[in-house]
Amino acid sequence: MTASDAHAAVEAVWRIESARLIAALARVVREVGLAEDLAQEALVAALEQWPESGVPDNPGAWLMATAKHRGIDRMRHATMAERKHEELGRELEIDRGEVQPDIDAAIDDHIGDDLLSLIFATCHPVLPTEARVALTLRMLGGLATKDIARAFLVPESTLAQRIVRAKKALAEADLPFEVPGPDELAERLSSVLEVIYLVFNEGYSATAGDDWMRPELVQDALRLGRILAELVPDEPEVHGLVALMEIQASRLRARTGPGGEPILLLDQERARWDWVLVNRGLKALDRADALGGEPGPYALQGRSPPAMRVRAGRRTPTGRASPRCTPRWRASPARRSSS
Amino acid sequence: MRFMVLVKASEDSEAGVMPTEEQLAEMGKFNEEMVKAGVMLAGEGLHPSSKGARVKFSGSERTITDGPFTETKELIAGFWLIQVKSREEAIEWIKRCPNPGPGESEIEIRQVFEAEDFGEELTPELREQEQRIRAQAEDNESS
Repeated sequence: MTASDAHAAVEAVWRIESARLIAALARVVREVGLAEDLAQEALVAALEQWPESGVPDNPGAWLMATAKHRGIDRMRHATMAERKHEELGRELEIDRGEVQPDIDAAIDDHIGDDLLSLIFATCHPVLPTEARVALTLRMLGGLATKDIARAFLVPESTLAQRIVRAKKALAEADLPFEVPGPDELAERLSSVLEVIYLVFNEGYSATAGDDWMRPELVQDALRLGRILAELVPDEPEVHGLVALMEIQASRLRARTGPGGEPILLLDQERARWDWVLVNRGLKALDRADALGGEPGPYALQGRSPPAMRVRAGRRTPTGRASPRCTPRWRASPARRSSS
Repeated sequence: MRFMVLVKASEDSEAGVMPTEEQLAEMGKFNEEMVKAGVMLAGEGLHPSSKGARVKFSGSERTITDGPFTETKELIAGFWLIQVKSREEAIEWIKRCPNPGPGESEIEIRQVFEAEDFGEELTPELREQEQRIRAQAEDNESS
């Protein structure tokens, strides 16, 4: 395995595992910032060791065990609150030595709540909005600081600072690592939805000349939204947001012409809409509807006239727009060669 | 980026042998994991090729051949459509997939074309600019 192959493999594993890893660690150490530091140390260890050893059979468990060992080492060297020390020690000692095959199962038992607690922490109202966005993308999206900085057009050092300050603010606020109770759930959830939609819009507003990291934010937001929808499946507004994002994203490639000029919705080629996303969006709307209650702002936007036009389009995909529904496989190469 | 993940057919899948309860449960768990990670966009299992057909094209001629088709290993028994950040991430996910068959099986991972692959988002101005920069870079290198 070459160094760059190994590096790519570590990145891929990180993207899949990092949120779960940080969330599970945060439950143990009761501090999101420290949990992330430990996870990052495990990442560094993987980058050092995997090019030699290859990717382990269970990379998630490897990262978890490594992070926990780092945690113990830190405890030995740092003076920390006795309570935390004892708890961490007790939980960590279990995993000393061998990578245990049942770590995954143990994580799985809690992982839904842990991930949800992590999202609520990174989107906590004690943080300024831009800090919530940065922390969420880093801890739940698995994005590196430099990538977030590029996507938001700020210097990397600025963004790194923002993250350090946010982690510190969270530690100082000494918030419980938990899913908010019913009395504050609605308000806290709306902060989470706001952060995700902000990320989405940042990507959606990117133009053709932008760095590819910017439009990629659309995918990051969609992924976060889909994750959240599975974590809190009974919250209609989450499905409303997912519906809105899927439907908006379905029109991404139809909204500009070959010269980059904007194309109004009514003039868009419906064949160029992304029908996988259209259908996912409509299903999310159905889920929101099925849960009942008053539709919130996202679900309402998801039902806005443009979205309904998508819905109408589904019923009659060969309707009046059909003369311009040139199949992509025929349209694209021609467009390509004419340039 | 998007990948089409193709589960290759096996003698069993072509014979219409249904997965065991255990296989179904394992595959269900894997699907759930991909859904919870926000990665899986779609996925379906396919009936054996005996229920399918092929349409062959030759100029303006169309010839229909009914299944089953013999070259089992070239056939598809199911697919996923996944949205990930890299080819490596797609591979990493599929490594976690339970073996779809009882013995040897194969899953193929193919990247889906997207708008930017066709360069449509490059406006004429940007395209021209890019060509200019490239030409200049070549000049710089050769001088």
